[in-house]
Amino acid sequence: MKYGYYPGCSLERNAYSYHQSTLAVAKPLGLEFVEVEDWNCCGATEYFAIDAIPAYALVGRNLALAAQQKGDDKQLVAPCSACFLNLKKTDHYMDESPELAEKVNTALAAGELHYEPGSVEARHLLDVIVSDVGYDAVAEKVTKPLYNLKVASYYGCMIVRPRALETFDDAECPTSMDHLMEVLGAEAVDFSMKAHCCGGHMTQISEPTAFDLIRSILKNAVDNGADTIVTLCPMCQLNLDAYQSAVNKHFGTDYNIPILYFTQLMGLAFGIPAEELGIGKELVDARSALTKIGTEAPPKPKKKRPSKKALPMPSLLEEA
Amino acid sequence: MTKKEKVGVYVCHCGTNIAGIVDVEDVSTWVGENNENVEVSRDYKFMCSSLGQELIEKDIKEKGLTRVVVAACSPHMHEKTFRGACQRGGLNPFLFEMANIREHNSWATNDKVAATQKAKALVNAAVERTVQQTSLEPIPVEINANTLIVGGGIAGITAALELANGGDHVYLVEREPSIGGHMAQLDKTFPTLDCSACILTPKMVDVGQHPNITLLSYSEVEVVDGYVGNFSVTVRKKARYVIEEDCTGCGICEEKCPQKVVDDAFEANLGYRKVVYRPFPQAVPNYPVIDAENCTYFKNGKCKVCEMFCPTDAIDFKQEDELLKIEVGNIILATGYDVFDARRIKRYGYGRLPNVFTSMEFERMVNAAGPTAGDIVLRDGVNVPKSVAIIHCVGSRDKNFNEYCSNVCCMYSLKFAHLVHERIPAADVYNFYIDMRASGKEYEAFYHRLLEEGTHFIRGKVAEVTNAANLPEEEGKLIVQTENTLIGKQIRVPVDMVILSAGIESRHDANEVAHLFGMGCGYNGFFIERHPKLDPIATMTEGIFIAGACQGPKDIPSSVAQGAAAASRVSSLIKQGTVMMEPIRAHINEDHCSGCRICNNLCPYNAIEYHEDKKVSEVITALCQGCGTCVAACPSAAISGAHFTNEQLLSQIDGILWDVKSELKMEPA
Amino acid sequence: MTAEPTSARALTFFDEVVANTPGGDSRLELCLQCGTCGGSCPSGADMEHTPREIFAMIDAGMKDEVLRSNAPWYCVSCYYCMTRCPQEIHITDIMYTLKRMAIREGLYKKSSASDAPGFSETFISFVENNGRSFELGLAAVHHLRYHPINAVKMATGMGLEMILKGRMAIVPTKIKGIKQLQSILNKAKELGGAA
Repeated sequence: MKYGYYPGCSLERNAYSYHQSTLAVAKPLGLEFVEVEDWNCCGATEYFAIDAIPAYALVGRNLALAAQQKGDDKQLVAPCSACFLNLKKTDHYMDESPELAEKVNTALAAGELHYEPGSVEARHLLDVIVSDVGYDAVAEKVTKPLYNLKVASYYGCMIVRPRALETFDDAECPTSMDHLMEVLGAEAVDFSMKAHCCGGHMTQISEPTAFDLIRSILKNAVDNGADTIVTLCPMCQLNLDAYQSAVNKHFGTDYNIPILYFTQLMGLAFGIPAEELGIGKELVDARSALTKIGTEAPPKPKKKRPSKKALPMPSLLEEA
Repeated sequence: MTKKEKVGVYVCHCGTNIAGIVDVEDVSTWVGENNENVEVSRDYKFMCSSLGQELIEKDIKEKGLTRVVVAACSPHMHEKTFRGACQRGGLNPFLFEMANIREHNSWATNDKVAATQKAKALVNAAVERTVQQTSLEPIPVEINANTLIVGGGIAGITAALELANGGDHVYLVEREPSIGGHMAQLDKTFPTLDCSACILTPKMVDVGQHPNITLLSYSEVEVVDGYVGNFSVTVRKKARYVIEEDCTGCGICEEKCPQKVVDDAFEANLGYRKVVYRPFPQAVPNYPVIDAENCTYFKNGKCKVCEMFCPTDAIDFKQEDELLKIEVGNIILATGYDVFDARRIKRYGYGRLPNVFTSMEFERMVNAAGPTAGDIVLRDGVNVPKSVAIIHCVGSRDKNFNEYCSNVCCMYSLKFAHLVHERIPAADVYNFYIDMRASGKEYEAFYHRLLEEGTHFIRGKVAEVTNAANLPEEEGKLIVQTENTLIGKQIRVPVDMVILSAGIESRHDANEVAHLFGMGCGYNGFFIERHPKLDPIATMTEGIFIAGACQGPKDIPSSVAQGAAAASRVSSLIKQGTVMMEPIRAHINEDHCSGCRICNNLCPYNAIEYHEDKKVSEVITALCQGCGTCVAACPSAAISGAHFTNEQLLSQIDGILWDVKSELKMEPA
Repeated sequence: MTAEPTSARALTFFDEVVANTPGGDSRLELCLQCGTCGGSCPSGADMEHTPREIFAMIDAGMKDEVLRSNAPWYCVSCYYCMTRCPQEIHITDIMYTLKRMAIREGLYKKSSASDAPGFSETFISFVENNGRSFELGLAAVHHLRYHPINAVKMATGMGLEMILKGRMAIVPTKIKGIKQLQSILNKAKELGGAA
């Protein structure tokens, strides 16, 4: 399976371990990623705040470059949620508004480029792994299951929203990464905050606002017994990991929960050495959490028999 | 060209409804000058007024009109009115034609020039068509006095009792094992707080014992043939595995049955029932059914405990579905509603967070005959909540789910708040609403009563219900997060119990049911009435009426009123004895018929007979419904439909295309 | 016949906001004032006006107050409001529109989030000069400009750690086609407008 690959600025440096682990697991899964040549920044959540047309044109250049270099395949993979959303949203809005498409293309023409809406389909890395590769194919590659490791799967915002863009998982209660973690042998813990916001750029604008959000995510994961939080976005990883000590200081708490990328845990389960996955780059050390990984499958937890008086619990929609 | 006719054309202003967009004077003058068949053309303020009608009558008599065209609203509104005027003037009503320049034109655009242009084309087309029309006589049809009512909720029960008390026979078909509908599940009814069962069960008993009512419970309609006055209906009576004639309703089988399942119907998931069961003790009829899907005997071939204990040998595992054929003159659909599935709104946590309950679960919980014997408790069945949040508009007024207001939730949410205050006086009750809608009789007073009782009303659509605590006082609670829009602040309210006031949805199979009965169903699944204001009871299909929540979200008083109204409409038809049917029927020209028999099998009414001796087919006029299927299918063009002949339709098209006609060449097929 | 309307309605602040939102399809006119957005917003508790309130103020023509509010700058683009809005209003896009209008009108300076546009501007200046974002430069410039104390904290605490872990580059990366990108962006700026 061949895809265009758009790493985005974060994966160059602060989230290099995400890039490293992505390429490390892509290989055994038969995924071939061809990096878009000379791509530029997607503008994150900042450019749209300043000037709309240049913001769309900035993303437009990436789409145009990806469209140029693609073979028969029009799929473009982005591991960063913000990049993914910007690519997908620009393509979608250009498709919906011919006026916008014309302006973006007038701008692109100044750089001798052109982008036809719909010619590239932006996909998030997680989507490609669970939908195209599939859980069964992932399971086949697992050589060192992550037994005993309790994982809180954290999706953040931009991968599953907004609904108008028809995302691959539920916008409120996504489950694809939880299933993926179970396939790796880990235990996915209940995690109400899994699709809430990590604070984004609020760390730079209003620390108390950002710290509130970061704390509520850390707290919920720890309350539910998680050993680690897995993420799929560099911004989420950065906020939860790099600001964890500042948050502890601010609230007088002592959270010490490592934040890893889902690809890093996939790599470990595939038997790839930790250093090839960038493990160790996180500020909250993951080593002690990872020592919990056992060699034997834990016994299936016994379903607690509800008391005679208890009222029946409704089934979930997926189970019905 | 055929002989010249004398056509009178009347262009209606409809106040400013038409004249505000269409230059009616121009249309009238133009058609008078350009169509040689037009004898007189006029425009008039309101053609449907008595003066407007008299204008037509007078012109027929004085100017000897042979055809009449009125350009006005939809024929659904006033075709009958103007046909009457023609008849009074001495002209056969089928020599009249209506051009719709309101719904199809002035209401659909603001472009005056284009609208006037289109009006001219439509009027010209109507004139061309009338020239080809012929006199026809309506066909009298006798009305069978029996009525089929589908759905045994409060609307269907009311309709059935009205008709039966009037002396006419009713077949009441109910899908569930018992009649009663949703009303039987409820505890109290707003705003008077009558006990729902106390007012409903006497009516259910009446239905069960009425000599004029044949109750077919645990049954579904499968086939509907025929037309007003003469419907032929096939009903599938599902196997109960209980012989009704022998069962005394003693309940021993239910008591002895070793298998229990969650009751997702009557108890709305909150309780259990046996596999051989009556939905509730006052069920009508009182015979149980065996739920074959969950029955140990049906699954493993072993058990038969019910059979062993039955004192009258009324259990019959070999029973099979029965198909019953019934003949009726009219049909009332009272198929009710489904409750919105609250699991669809994941952020409210139903199915994931144990102490989030649906409104129907809460109805069963507060019901003294329900799973907790009326105690308000948490999912553990033991602990009593000290704070309860009631969330309005769950699945309603939301384009992501249902756009419309469900009509009853505000009121039942107030009722819930009252019941919590009554049973747990120390509890805090929060109602989260967008707009409080209490528009029925005495409803506002009930809202005031709740204000007095100290309910906290917070204006804001709830954003989410979570168990992720941030503060010490939130630990172990459900936290309701919303904006208190009246103070413009985001708030988090920790509570022990959340009740989701789920909205009303059309039945999941409403589309199939509408199709089965040959009637219309709106995009949100509610059945379409003949007219939203003036006839919310009839449908576009003659002889088929609707009552209750199948037409739209409705409370009990409105459902009862509509049930009674539907019965009265049926009574009126029965009293008339016969109805005049439109003489729109197919006719086969024997000379052109090749005897290929293609039409024979296509006819949905089995109205075509083949004469082996003459090798031709013939339409049985009494059975034909004028649908036109055979007309279109006949390869020899031997079949024509009265009032819809090829000549009439092609002339109409010619009339529309008057300005480009010379460039086209259209011949009858 | 009915009378013709004498003239078109004068353009309001509401119209301006709608016209400046991409595609012109903000659906803002559909707001029911239900508060789903205000309840869902991760930074809603710290906003001077909830999004719902902002929409009512836009309708009331309160341009100054809206563009001075910290609310748009506290929007984290999480899209919760947009996903949950019962009227499917493009709330996040409207927030971006308000940020742009606040900068254009110079009103953000009077807001309590007056340094927020500076962060966005610093971010994009690196993008415009290099084609890629530059975290260290961004953090340094932004904090030195607005929060000198934070800058010291950054340099000694978490920032230093990030550099030691090799997670922060010391110099920015420049793309090869930077000239091409700049031509594109300059052309785009000339075109102006929302869409």
